[in-house]
Amino acid sequence: MRAMVPGTAWPRLLGAGVRRRPLRLHLVQAATPGPAGPSGRTLWSAAAPAAREPERSSDLSDRILNEPLKHSDFFNVKELFSLRSLFDARVHLGHKAGCRHRFMEPYIFGSRLDQDIIDLEQTAVHLQLALNFTAHVAYRGGIILFVSRSRQFSHLIENTARDCGEYAHTRYFKGGLLTNAPLLLGPRVRLPDLLIFLHTLNNVFEPHVAVRDAAKMSIPTVGIVDTNCNPTLITYPVPGNDDSPLAVQLFCRLFQTTINRAKEKRRQVEALYRLQAQEGAKGRSPADSSPGAQVGLDLGHSP
Amino acid sequence: MAAPCVSCGAAASYRLFLGGRVSFARGQGLWKAAAAELQKSTGCQILRLRHTTAVTRKNVAALRRETYTVDFIKKQIEEFNIGKRHLANMMGEDPETFTQEDIDRAIVYLFPSGLFEKRARPIMKHPEEIFPKQRAIQWGEDGRPFHFLFYTGKQSYYSLMHETYGKLLDVEKHQDQLQAKGLFSEKTKTKDPIGSRWLIKEELEEMLVEKLSDQDYAQFIRLLEKLSALPCGAAKEEFVSKFRRSVTIQSKKQLIEPLQYDEQGMAFSTGQGNRKTAKAEAVVYGHGSGRIEVNGVDYLLYFSVIQDREQLMFPFHFLDRLGKHDVTCTVSGGGRSAQAGALRLAMARALCSFVTEDEVEWMRQAGLLTVDPRVRERKKPGQEGARRKFTWKKR
Repeated sequence: MRAMVPGTAWPRLLGAGVRRRPLRLHLVQAATPGPAGPSGRTLWSAAAPAAREPERSSDLSDRILNEPLKHSDFFNVKELFSLRSLFDARVHLGHKAGCRHRFMEPYIFGSRLDQDIIDLEQTAVHLQLALNFTAHVAYRGGIILFVSRSRQFSHLIENTARDCGEYAHTRYFKGGLLTNAPLLLGPRVRLPDLLIFLHTLNNVFEPHVAVRDAAKMSIPTVGIVDTNCNPTLITYPVPGNDDSPLAVQLFCRLFQTTINRAKEKRRQVEALYRLQAQEGAKGRSPADSSPGAQVGLDLGHSP
Repeated sequence: MAAPCVSCGAAASYRLFLGGRVSFARGQGLWKAAAAELQKSTGCQILRLRHTTAVTRKNVAALRRETYTVDFIKKQIEEFNIGKRHLANMMGEDPETFTQEDIDRAIVYLFPSGLFEKRARPIMKHPEEIFPKQRAIQWGEDGRPFHFLFYTGKQSYYSLMHETYGKLLDVEKHQDQLQAKGLFSEKTKTKDPIGSRWLIKEELEEMLVEKLSDQDYAQFIRLLEKLSALPCGAAKEEFVSKFRRSVTIQSKKQLIEPLQYDEQGMAFSTGQGNRKTAKAEAVVYGHGSGRIEVNGVDYLLYFSVIQDREQLMFPFHFLDRLGKHDVTCTVSGGGRSAQAGALRLAMARALCSFVTEDEVEWMRQAGLLTVDPRVRERKKPGQEGARRKFTWKKR
């Protein structure tokens, strides 16, 4: 039985939790002013020559949104970290064997002097997937919420979130924040599209309430899971150390860089399309021929 | 004709609304009954009733929290400004230089009110002072909130905590750097704590336009105290002083009369005092041998009880000026103890002119300059005295 999803007001990024509707273009419309014709009027108010423009703009927006999905690492997040950098940041150090969570056993390489060591090769794979997903979400203008309940790194995480233009919640998590958002935050609030957990456990070593609530509200999550955490409810778990300052700083830096990169890419792509659309419109008015400029996306991405 | 229909319509809609809340079926029944009833009286009123029910149902949530839109406030401000100019014209004054005090005076003149409750009297103030400050909508067109801590629920409070903690970290880093260079000095010049206090919770809530809990407030004050305990620069002082309010010292309001001089050049000062129904006036001379004359009679003869004489001596004893002043005083009314108290107050007030401000403050704190407000309580009917009841008999 599906609850009243507050996200029906805003189109959810992956179409999650909302019944299928034609793709809403308001996200793109706000950014792209459309082909600046001789009258400089907006897309929808133009006359007959604009009959082809809606298709073109939806074509463009489709291309903007779908092109990155065709590549496995469109934003080249692999180059941001290496096994060596993870090792130097002490990401492989887990808790003692007594604190081990059963579901973390696949990610543990072994244990040395009773301390669990996390398998960094698996971590690298998971981290690449997580960063790639974060980048895609940021590229599509999604709201990213950094969640943590560790007092030691609360200030750092809030600064990270502010610097990349996203949101943070490192304070006491009120009960129905995600599940009862219209009451707590406002009638037509937009929920976060991605939750990034830098610490999956709260101050009493229990799983953070937001993990379960995000799963309830169909919000994807990325989480750094230590050896004493439960990775099952997290969409993109990243097994790694969440207690050392170096490790947390590394992760914050990685997330910040990916988000900034993705947003920058988006701005570049939109500027490029706007330029192409303008040129196409100018080229079209003397000779009403082929639609737009058939410019392929030759952006600097690695295949 | 319209009034009874409206009232019955309103009553019916209220009943309908309540019925609707409890159970839809019952509501439906009530609705049908009400509809039938109204149809008998006036057919056209049903439509209005239908509209009223829908309106009451929809507006329940809105009535709980009255939100004033930005446009509404702007309109109110425009109306206020126009009204101010009209008022200035009415009073025959220049509309350009018509201040709030002038407005208040004009309103008091035009609408004289005999009401005791000052808040019930007519006022004309700027809408920002009347309508409570409210939050504008927190997110933009695309739904993204403006503030990075929006999803915590208490964005202003947490951003303030974040900022304060950031300042604390900066100060500690600065201290570490100084210590590394060896320039760290242990001197802690704290600002004078007396004379200012931390903001109270209500003031902080007003500043942040957000509700706070007691624990939140206590946490914030603890953080500020930790910050102010560290020695550091002017920037931090400025930040901390935003959260301090000055405490007006009571004795500053004490009017200290200047010393007067008589023909021989002797300094003297007068003071008045009262206690219960006794009224006293005392003239204290600058130099003397501690002689006190009451109504032309020496105080040893006037007050036979030692307690009363001690009351007279107390102000001098407190200031260590026992044998140094001469006093001439007059007293009337009251009993012996009341007269002694009145004289004590009069003498203390007179002594204020001879003494430094600090000593005046000490006298005030000792209670020498406070009028004792206790008067005889009246006897009530049905009781034997003011408090004493008649003997209770079980049967």
